[in-house]
Amino acid sequence: MYPALRRTPLHALHQSLGVRFTDFAGWSMPLRFSGETAEHNTVRSSAGIFDLSHMGQLAVDGPEAGRALDYALVGSISPLAVGAARYTMLCHDNGGILDDLVAYRLAPDRFLVVANASNTPVVLAALRDRLDGFRAQARWEHRVLLAVQGPHAERIVNCPDASALKYYQAVATELAGRPVLVARTGYTGEDGFEIFCEPADAAVLWSAFAPALPAGLASRDTLRLEAGMALHGNELHVGVSPFEARLGRLVDFTKPDFVGRTALLRRADQTPRTLLVGLTSTGRRAARAGYAIVDPSTGARIGTVTSGAPSPTLGRPIALGYLATAYAEIGTTVAVDIRGTAEPFTVTACRFYSRRDA
Amino acid sequence: MHLPSHLHYSVDHEWADNLSGVARVGITDFAAEALGDIVFVELPGEGTAVMAGEPCGEIESTKSVSELYAPVTGTVVAVNPEVVADPGLLNADPYTAGWLYAVEITAGPRLLTAEAYRELCEPS
Repeated sequence: MYPALRRTPLHALHQSLGVRFTDFAGWSMPLRFSGETAEHNTVRSSAGIFDLSHMGQLAVDGPEAGRALDYALVGSISPLAVGAARYTMLCHDNGGILDDLVAYRLAPDRFLVVANASNTPVVLAALRDRLDGFRAQARWEHRVLLAVQGPHAERIVNCPDASALKYYQAVATELAGRPVLVARTGYTGEDGFEIFCEPADAAVLWSAFAPALPAGLASRDTLRLEAGMALHGNELHVGVSPFEARLGRLVDFTKPDFVGRTALLRRADQTPRTLLVGLTSTGRRAARAGYAIVDPSTGARIGTVTSGAPSPTLGRPIALGYLATAYAEIGTTVAVDIRGTAEPFTVTACRFYSRRDA
Repeated sequence: MHLPSHLHYSVDHEWADNLSGVARVGITDFAAEALGDIVFVELPGEGTAVMAGEPCGEIESTKSVSELYAPVTGTVVAVNPEVVADPGLLNADPYTAGWLYAVEITAGPRLLTAEAYRELCEPS
């Protein structure tokens, strides 16, 4: 027998809205409510609300929690001020990416690490292993995570002192009379907020953000792809290091010791064999994850698409993929084997969309 | 799920409005809903021979792409230009404005009634 899919505390509420669910990382999650294109466009033009309670929330506490995370992760976590957040990674000792994470400092001796849903047990086990010897502990917390994303998000979330809350900052406050942690973070390329709350308060807060259109994982995927944001399982996995993924800036070699340092230092000094690139086409057929990228003259395989879709905002196919470094220069014409036909694509930067005020 | 009773349905989630002569064909509400917002259709051109149960084109949504199967065997005699220009018609109105192409049927098709097709999609 298969284990039952996990449901978020808002499952019944989603059901009442006529949502289509999808199985994702062991969870039954909203795929789309009104339609993924409408949801996508609404996040770009006003605001959408997502239930992201499947994301793993790991509390790391203790007098040496900051130093312990410096050792466990590739970024510098101990210098973060209380209320600051950092995008970072957990790497294998060989430099491969185990997960990408956001680490928030909530108090001098308290951090929140947000991991990908499917990966949370891996991250928790690795943290516990790496925290050994430090005065710090990691535990899994089961709170709700809502994201309100889009240009109207600030007005809708109506967080006290929202204007003082900068990108990648978080504050413990009250919204609709409920205790929450509000962070100005997201995965859509828009301004927006992520709100961590107790399960019992989730429905009240969801309703309080009602002007935002309920949105599912389908639109979240096209929004992050347009913004050039890597997805664990597609662009990020243990077979690549942050350098192939063009996220080498996340690795802080000024730290004297952290897991993966030796291997990452070696990789930082070499030209990667493959690099993550953006791809666009003037045609209509989209390159999809797993499709081969080939040399347009010889047909030789030179890479693999990791994510791809018709871009709702740009109106043309966009994709991310790993490409042999010799072809990775912006403007190079390559071909993608789309179900047996080589279709021309142009190499671009990974980011396809930037909001106007950013 | 909306299933007009006068149409005939294939196990591949297509419909045809006739069993002989010229039939218009399309995809069902169930298929359109499963695909999500459809953004591109590639249809067989006029004069193309299509065979029931065989792929004859493709249909692409934001989320995924799938092959389009012919529900009947015959020769394509017309293609719906509106649905090529606006594939969203397949989500909005899959049985009328969203018809895909018309086929001159050359072999007796084996298709399901609306009730049998409903049973296939929603086993009781």
